[in-house]
Amino acid sequence: MSDAVVPHKVEGRGAHAAPGWFKRALDSDLFYSFRRSKITMVAAAVTLLFFLLAIFASLLSVQNPFDPAQLQLMNSRISPLWTADGQSPFLLGTDEQGRDVLSAILYGMRISLLVGVLGVVFSGALGILLGLTAGYFGGAVDGLIMRIADVQLSFPAILIALLINGIAKSVFGNKLDEMSMLGVLVFAIGLSFWVQYARTVRGSVMVEKNKDYVAAAQLIGLPAPVIMLRHVLPNTMGPILVIATINLALAIITEATLSFLGSGMPETMPSLGTLIRIGNNYLFAGEWWIVAFPGIALAVLILSINLLGDWLRDALNPKLR
Amino acid sequence: MLAFTLRRAIQAIGVMIAVGIIAFSMFRFAGDPVNQMVGMDTSGAERAAIRKSLGLDDPVLVQFGRYIGNAAQFKFGVSYQFRLPVTNLLIERMPATLELAIVATIFAMVSGILMGVYSALRRDSWLAHVFQAVSLIGISLPTFLIGILLIYLFSVTLGWLPSFGRGDVVRIGWWTTGLLTLSGLKALIMPAITLGLFQMTLIMRLVRAEMLEVMRTDYIRFARARGLTTRAIHFGHALRNTLVPVITVAGLQFGSVIAFAIITETVFQWPGMGLLFVQAVQNVDIPIMAAYLMMVSLIFVTINLVVDILYTIVDPRLRSTVSRAH
Amino acid sequence: MTESILSVRNLQVEFASRRGTLRAIDGVSFDIAKGEVLGVVGESGAGKSVTGLSVIGLIDPPGRIAGGEIHLAGLRIDNLPAEEMRRIRGKRIGMIFQDPLTSLNPLYRVGDQIIETIRTHLSLSETAARRRAIDLLAEVGIPAPEKRIDGYPHEFSGGMRQRVVIALAICAEPELIIADEPTTALDVSVQAQIISLIKRLGRDHGTAVMLVTHDMGVIAETSDRVAVMYAGRVAEIGPVQDVVRNPLHPYAKGLMGAIPTLAGDDKRLVQIPGSMPRLSAIPRGCSFNPRCAFAFDRCRVERPEPLSRGTQSVACHLYDTVPAESAA
Repeated sequence: MSDAVVPHKVEGRGAHAAPGWFKRALDSDLFYSFRRSKITMVAAAVTLLFFLLAIFASLLSVQNPFDPAQLQLMNSRISPLWTADGQSPFLLGTDEQGRDVLSAILYGMRISLLVGVLGVVFSGALGILLGLTAGYFGGAVDGLIMRIADVQLSFPAILIALLINGIAKSVFGNKLDEMSMLGVLVFAIGLSFWVQYARTVRGSVMVEKNKDYVAAAQLIGLPAPVIMLRHVLPNTMGPILVIATINLALAIITEATLSFLGSGMPETMPSLGTLIRIGNNYLFAGEWWIVAFPGIALAVLILSINLLGDWLRDALNPKLR
Repeated sequence: MLAFTLRRAIQAIGVMIAVGIIAFSMFRFAGDPVNQMVGMDTSGAERAAIRKSLGLDDPVLVQFGRYIGNAAQFKFGVSYQFRLPVTNLLIERMPATLELAIVATIFAMVSGILMGVYSALRRDSWLAHVFQAVSLIGISLPTFLIGILLIYLFSVTLGWLPSFGRGDVVRIGWWTTGLLTLSGLKALIMPAITLGLFQMTLIMRLVRAEMLEVMRTDYIRFARARGLTTRAIHFGHALRNTLVPVITVAGLQFGSVIAFAIITETVFQWPGMGLLFVQAVQNVDIPIMAAYLMMVSLIFVTINLVVDILYTIVDPRLRSTVSRAH
Repeated sequence: MTESILSVRNLQVEFASRRGTLRAIDGVSFDIAKGEVLGVVGESGAGKSVTGLSVIGLIDPPGRIAGGEIHLAGLRIDNLPAEEMRRIRGKRIGMIFQDPLTSLNPLYRVGDQIIETIRTHLSLSETAARRRAIDLLAEVGIPAPEKRIDGYPHEFSGGMRQRVVIALAICAEPELIIADEPTTALDVSVQAQIISLIKRLGRDHGTAVMLVTHDMGVIAETSDRVAVMYAGRVAEIGPVQDVVRNPLHPYAKGLMGAIPTLAGDDKRLVQIPGSMPRLSAIPRGCSFNPRCAFAFDRCRVERPEPLSRGTQSVACHLYDTVPAESAA
């Protein structure tokens, strides 16, 4: 039965050779393996949902949890709506300061995702740049960059991020405003996760460097790095995408951990990690909802992104080590 | 063999010097050390005196030499917050961290290897699928969430285990141990599981992958063709060949376990070096941060060195290629 | 044919794959007598190795023996419970694989691997097993065996390692040895030594040998009889000198034409056009028909069954209608 399908599929591909990119994407192996894995589809849906919730947080929330003027202390520590003491409109209850937990999660998720995405973009850009430099120039430059990469890889990212965080505080003074703190976090995460990109890109550059077109480009006076970039990047797109996806989960965990440890987002502009840190103080008082819901949100978010990353890695099957 | 060891040792020293430069730069350039030490009302003359007494007016290279020299004797200066020598603070908290890290590593290795072997040998059993699911969750749940979950379950709800601290400790020389008292052991359970869970996941995945790989090799096929018992093949041949890389990785991971203890120690208020470090970061106590970095790096580098040497002893192929190559 | 040690009847082996079930072995039958060397020859993918693996019961899922019977000295072994088959492996059937470099566990001393095997099958003490291991190493031609026994595999050369593998295969005095391409991975200079060692051991111990190889030269040199396999079937089987001198099957003719000889310089090396079909695309009728110069209509429709022609047996329609002589 399936014997007949396979040659047919091959022919079918040849028949409409130049469809639109959308049609081509639907026909691709990637999409095929996506459709075959139900759990991946669920993970993708959840991830997308979380991004949408974060983007439209202000439309979906009953209050702006970052605005102290909207918080009323008389609303503090209300339990979730379905419990005996629940009060509308606080679906998931409120915290010590009368902050609606659901609104805080939506806004917090926005911060978590923002730091995660910016951190990934920054570390990716840094890693690709350093990888290109190391691979292209080789020699001492390569040696230095890859040595640093080796050493750094043996240290956990969280330690590096904490150190960078501490240094930043020391340099800029202990009282950073919220947005600068966000910047510091992105910077710390970026510096912690560049190594894998650099290694992948460097490997690809090493392969491309000795090819004839590079010499040819140099002969006719074209800048070789630019030419190589155009060849190297498409080759490494798959692995980089996988690293970026897995690193997005790692970056979100790192941000949450830093915030939980009290070295991340301040309580005036909490991320999911900060919310968990705050809620943890009320665990023994029985106010479990303040910590439980941000915790669940964070766990589900990371799990979904990890599942996507796992699938992407298996589907593209780049050699990742 | 000796030349190999020597070369690795030189590499290790190189790494330590690099870390020393970072630690020194943190100490010297990230904020003004004098400002951190004195109050607002200290006069300019007094500041200058302190500056001089600390040797901050000397050339940077001299200062760096002095810093490294002191660090080599485990002198890291005085903590800004505690006004105590950093070394004493660290030494005092070291047993707590090491005990936690060692117990967590043992837990991670034992359960990770058992689960990994089981899921490699019984790939399609329901339990293997459960293990796979657990491993995915172990990787996806941040450490601190696992800790909080455990505290909620076993301390808040069930009241079985203490939620913070080390319990009663026994002093043996300068070392303090919680392993000899019931309350110490009870206090250790949840932190050790929290800390070890991620490593366990890692080891389990690694064992499973390695073992499946080994089971496909020719020498396992040949062992089967020789009529060896399944038991001898699985646990004699396959497991041994699997464990060589696994133990290497687990050994190398020990340094990470110590670093990850930062999070676990914060959740459980465990009085170790990690908690000290987190407080130092919050309070910008640079001498402690720098010293912690140096200490952890030293542990990392030492373990790397030891594992490298052990590896050549365990694997006979490496032993001879190494000795032949040098 | 005298008393046969191994008797394979109508063996069928299938592999389940995503594209459906592939039949790797389709109706293979042969016998090996006590002390006899049967060469099994064919291109890679003809099913030689799979046949050897089915005899020793090492076909792994997704593969399975789908039909036929295998008898070892009268005992049916293709459907034995796993544990009983395990006891036969190494004890009554020894196996030698292609690559001696990867056949030995790199982390164990050579001696430990031999002693382990001996003690699995024979009730000997550790010291007795060690003595036997040293004797075995001496027998397969390893110099200073009492010293080399404590060496690790990587300390042996390829040829020496293959000798260790052979020692492992014969350490429990099996009645049958399956040698799967035992010389392919070795240097040419070592190949002849290994072949003559296998031959000598077979003779000395009265062990039957199933020698799987793609090298017709090796077979001509060592075997008593030869089975020519093509696309999972036996095309022709018979005494080696008869098959070499007078091959009947068109494929066997081509194969024999491909043996370089020192004397026959006027005879050009013959090449068989085309290549063997993949398992997923085996043609209807005789699987050789697309490459066969003598193919006629019947070959494209009906699968030829083995026919007896003197000492040889051949699966070819040419011999069903026409006398054997005129085909050549």
